[in-house]
Amino acid sequence: MALRDWPIKQKLTAILLLISFLVLLLTSAAFVTYEVVAFRQTTVKNLSTLGRVIAANSTASLAFANRADAKEILSALRAEPHVVAAALYDKDGRLFSSYPADLPGDSLPAAPGRDGYRFDRGYVIGLEPVAEVGSARLGTLYLKSDMKAVSRTLRLSAAIAAGVMGISLLAAYLLAAVLQRRISQPILALAETARAVSTRQDYSVRAPKLGEDELGLLTDAFNQMLGRIEEQNRDLRKLITELERSNKELEQFAYVASHDLQEPLRMVSSYTQLLERRYGDKLDDKGRTFIAYAVDGATRMQRLINDLLEFSRISTRGKPLQPVDVNRVLGAVRGNLSLAIQEVGALVTNDELPTVMADETQLVQLLQNLIGNAIKFHGGERPQVHVSAQGAATEWIFAVRDNGIGIAPEYFERIFVIFQRLHARGEYPGTGIGLAVCRRIVERHGGRIWVESTPGQGSTFFFALSTRNGEQAP
Amino acid sequence: MTEAIDVRPVEILLVEDNAGDVELAREALRECKLRNNLHAVGDGVEASAFLHRRGSYASRPRPDLIILDLNLPKRDGRDLLREIKEDETLKRIPVVILTSSAAEEDIIRSYSLHANCYVTKPLGLEQFLKVVRSIEDFWFTIVKLPPR
Repeated sequence: MALRDWPIKQKLTAILLLISFLVLLLTSAAFVTYEVVAFRQTTVKNLSTLGRVIAANSTASLAFANRADAKEILSALRAEPHVVAAALYDKDGRLFSSYPADLPGDSLPAAPGRDGYRFDRGYVIGLEPVAEVGSARLGTLYLKSDMKAVSRTLRLSAAIAAGVMGISLLAAYLLAAVLQRRISQPILALAETARAVSTRQDYSVRAPKLGEDELGLLTDAFNQMLGRIEEQNRDLRKLITELERSNKELEQFAYVASHDLQEPLRMVSSYTQLLERRYGDKLDDKGRTFIAYAVDGATRMQRLINDLLEFSRISTRGKPLQPVDVNRVLGAVRGNLSLAIQEVGALVTNDELPTVMADETQLVQLLQNLIGNAIKFHGGERPQVHVSAQGAATEWIFAVRDNGIGIAPEYFERIFVIFQRLHARGEYPGTGIGLAVCRRIVERHGGRIWVESTPGQGSTFFFALSTRNGEQAP
Repeated sequence: MTEAIDVRPVEILLVEDNAGDVELAREALRECKLRNNLHAVGDGVEASAFLHRRGSYASRPRPDLIILDLNLPKRDGRDLLREIKEDETLKRIPVVILTSSAAEEDIIRSYSLHANCYVTKPLGLEQFLKVVRSIEDFWFTIVKLPPR
């Protein structure tokens, strides 16, 4: 597992341990180094003291060239096991006596070097001048001491350092395990809360605050954010409830309109007609015309109510959008309009049309209204309607082109408003609902509708349907 | 089409709160060749009393056809429809819903409650008269009904 994927607990513990380990390592190294240096100094000091004592004792034997005496003096070095070799040189630098007795001759330098003490390949070599106090030099004492004591000290101090380090690291680990919680716990609590929020969609939970540090601030900020989301959700829910209620009221209104408003209307129309039926022979032409007006008014009123109802149902009765083959939709529209098409001998043609995300029933209604209008508002020529579609970046743009009477530019917007008509009822029948329904349907699909037209030459109605979630435009 | 032995008039119960519509129905049935008795009641409670021959309806005949409006005072037509269709003795009487509502939910609900057919009142007088006559014609001369 990569380091960055470690749980934060382990990361914190590892960091704390690593730092502790490095600090302890450096401290131990310093300790061991100091021990070794100090011990070497002590070794040299001890050897030089020994050297001075032996050198002082050896003056007589060198002065009188008494080898046996010299040998005896040197053999006293047996008490110092770390001294592995010793020798006395006379004042001319010739070997006079050596220790121990079985020392191979070639292990000693042929002549003594400079006076003093030095380290040489794991040994301390000492050269001490032999001289009577205040008189000429008699010779040189050579001493060679091993460093076993040093390495013993080194091992000992290293072992102590390792022990201290082990115990310290254990203590550091235990401390880290306890202390990392101070940092990791608020973060984990925050993460847990965030998970609870996202899985349960419950914005009422709050992360526990465990301190006043930056993590506390973060927890506060997070909780505040949750509070705000909760508040917004509450507002939204309230809004949705209100919308649902007003929608229900609208539905209720639509129902009332379809039923209760029509009842009295039917009475008006039925009884004026019954009046004509029963008493028609007692009325003059004017009376009968008045009755016709009353009946016509009631009929129109009913149509308006029905249209209004249909208009209101576009959004309340809409079905979910699904892939719909517009070629098939056009086929259905042709069927529905076959009577009108035959009546005026209209020619309805089309290009290959795509499949779009739509409410099929509403798409049928949309095309039916547009093509129906194209046929209804025909000019002197034989009505020709052409349906085509063009794919743009994110939408399909459909066009319904006709060769009808056309529309003046100043009415391009007005025609899409409910119950807006451009012609007298005598010229062209209808309540003026068709294009309003078209616009409502297109808007429910998240699209746009507009018209381009030249009066006398025909109109082209365009509507754009988004390709999002649907077939991609080429 | 009427068989010789069947001389008694057909009994039609019209449950309708609108006196205007009752009058129109009478108008339509008056000109009908089939002998008929139209019994009109104004709400669901009255209709239920009529069907069960309770109170002042004790001597009334059992109807051969019920024409029922949906929106009625006191007790609504849907409720009455359920009662009729759940009653062993009444459920075989055909019930024609004749209402001004063209709402889809009313149509679905009515058929779900076993209405025999659903007709929306037309606006025009002639159409209305025609519809009522068609109902009568259909249910009494075309359709075979169970024996009374």
